[in-house]
Amino acid sequence: MSEILTKSRARNVFYGGSLFFVVVFVAMTAHSHRFIVNTSTAGMELTDEVRQGKHVWERHSCINCHTLHGEGAYFAPEVGNVMTRWGVLDDPEGAYEMLDGWMKAQPSGVEGRRQMPYFELTEEETKALSEFLRWADQTDTQNWPPNDAG
Amino acid sequence: MKYQSQKVAYAYFMVAMGLFAIQVLGGLLAGWIYVWPNTLSELLPFNIVRMLHTNALIVWLLLGFFGAAYYLVPEESERELFSVKLAYIQLAILVVGTLGAVGSYLVGIHGGREFLEQPLWVKFGILVAAVIFLVNISLTVLAGRKTAITNILLMGLWLLSLLWIFAFINPDNLSLDKMYWWFVVHLWVEATWELVMAAILGYLMLKLTGVDREVVEKWLYVIVALALFSGILGTGHHFFWIGTPGYWQWIGSIFSTLEVIPFFAMMSFAFIMVWKGRKNHPNKAALLWSLGASTVAFFGAGVWGFLHTLHGVNYYTHGTQITAAHGHLAFYGAYVAMNLAMFTYAMPQLKNRDPYNQVLNMASFWLMTGGMAFMTFVLTFAGTIQTHMQRIVGDYFMDVQDQLGLFYLMRLGSGAVVVLGALLFIYATVVVRREVIKPGPVAVPGE
Repeated sequence: MSEILTKSRARNVFYGGSLFFVVVFVAMTAHSHRFIVNTSTAGMELTDEVRQGKHVWERHSCINCHTLHGEGAYFAPEVGNVMTRWGVLDDPEGAYEMLDGWMKAQPSGVEGRRQMPYFELTEEETKALSEFLRWADQTDTQNWPPNDAG
Repeated sequence: MKYQSQKVAYAYFMVAMGLFAIQVLGGLLAGWIYVWPNTLSELLPFNIVRMLHTNALIVWLLLGFFGAAYYLVPEESERELFSVKLAYIQLAILVVGTLGAVGSYLVGIHGGREFLEQPLWVKFGILVAAVIFLVNISLTVLAGRKTAITNILLMGLWLLSLLWIFAFINPDNLSLDKMYWWFVVHLWVEATWELVMAAILGYLMLKLTGVDREVVEKWLYVIVALALFSGILGTGHHFFWIGTPGYWQWIGSIFSTLEVIPFFAMMSFAFIMVWKGRKNHPNKAALLWSLGASTVAFFGAGVWGFLHTLHGVNYYTHGTQITAAHGHLAFYGAYVAMNLAMFTYAMPQLKNRDPYNQVLNMASFWLMTGGMAFMTFVLTFAGTIQTHMQRIVGDYFMDVQDQLGLFYLMRLGSGAVVVLGALLFIYATVVVRREVIKPGPVAVPGE
């Protein structure tokens, strides 16, 4: 083995092979980029309201309690399908009302129960957040999660 | 310590250990909130606590890598660092950025992409610090002796700094955001950081076992080749359910299964070098940490990663406590323990008092490793129950969580043991002065 695999050969295999895999990876992500834009998230328009909703989501660091498409913290429920769970995926008005009611009821203050903070959101922000969550929900995620529980 | 400029590593390691303490205390508080959820719920909500826990971890690991580079590059390159002053400026920027980030998190100013919550100015600070570092280290290496260790270390550090660019790219399209987010997160911990880890392990093996450099370096190239060949396309295991095409399910499953191999190779490498080596280095604690790190990395990153990486399994386990179990053991084994191995090796020399009592240090290894292993087991059980109840039966998240109280209580207990171990490690490394290595009475033949 030591004759066939010298240090310089091992190094060359490392450089050459890594470069090969980088090229394959970049090509596949380029394709995935197009797929996301044109296919998997094309079910609903990416409006300014959805964009604003994403900023609301980020500014309050929701990801550090909740998961979104299964990524995030595991302290609070999945929200990638919350609009489906609430049965308001195709009903923007109902989605806003459900979310607004939920947000205003926090924190519950119930002893021994995980507490969601109260977030000071304007009507416009809550509306944007609910549109963002509807937008996320319509993404083609290869049928994940397995059921409405998320 | 052969070169004066290696001393900068001391400052890096000290700051890193300070943040390490903050990280584990933050983790302990988060574990506490899982059991008693009303604690601080309005003053310091869980999302902020978790941000402190994860961000402190990432920054101290990076500080450890930077310090390790400043420590080992002069020896490898056989010359002083290009600039000691730049190294301290870099550290100052990172300290200011870290304090700024912590302060702004506490008053509720932060980004919202997981692990990349730092305010924009802190992100730029990190970029500037990384550039200073790369310039400083590269000029040192280019002027001196080139070895495989510095070669791989530099490649890892250059690539991880380049990938940081993606921390600034946040597409409005959530699925694109997620895809590029993994360019930082996955390609750090499952590709470029592995190069840094392998380089540090190679250096420690060289020093601790006295095995021929040619052998160590050939192994290193094989290990990092395996790491990148599997790890780059292994990114696919994060592209199963975020809106990316279905073919990633096969690519991700296959290549992330192969990701076990470099970790197995690293563990084998460490043990074989120790068996082959004839040197009896007095720093037994550093040897324990080196072997421990590569072993726990194999189990945490390798075995526990494989446990839920096949897409048919991940469909059910994705985003449950199984993920938390894997995350904790993988980070601890691969990056925490490897950094602590380096601290354990270098600190006695930086403080000019080797060899000295390392019983406390070794005890801290067993406390931390035992605690982390137990935490991983209980979270795995919790995750298994959660997967069944939530993903198969379809019970709601909070109803399921209410059934997992006992596991979270045990996790808190194991976390407390880890904190104890971490504080003991810091105490043993920073404070203890007494030299205990006393030669025992020499056995007189015939007695």
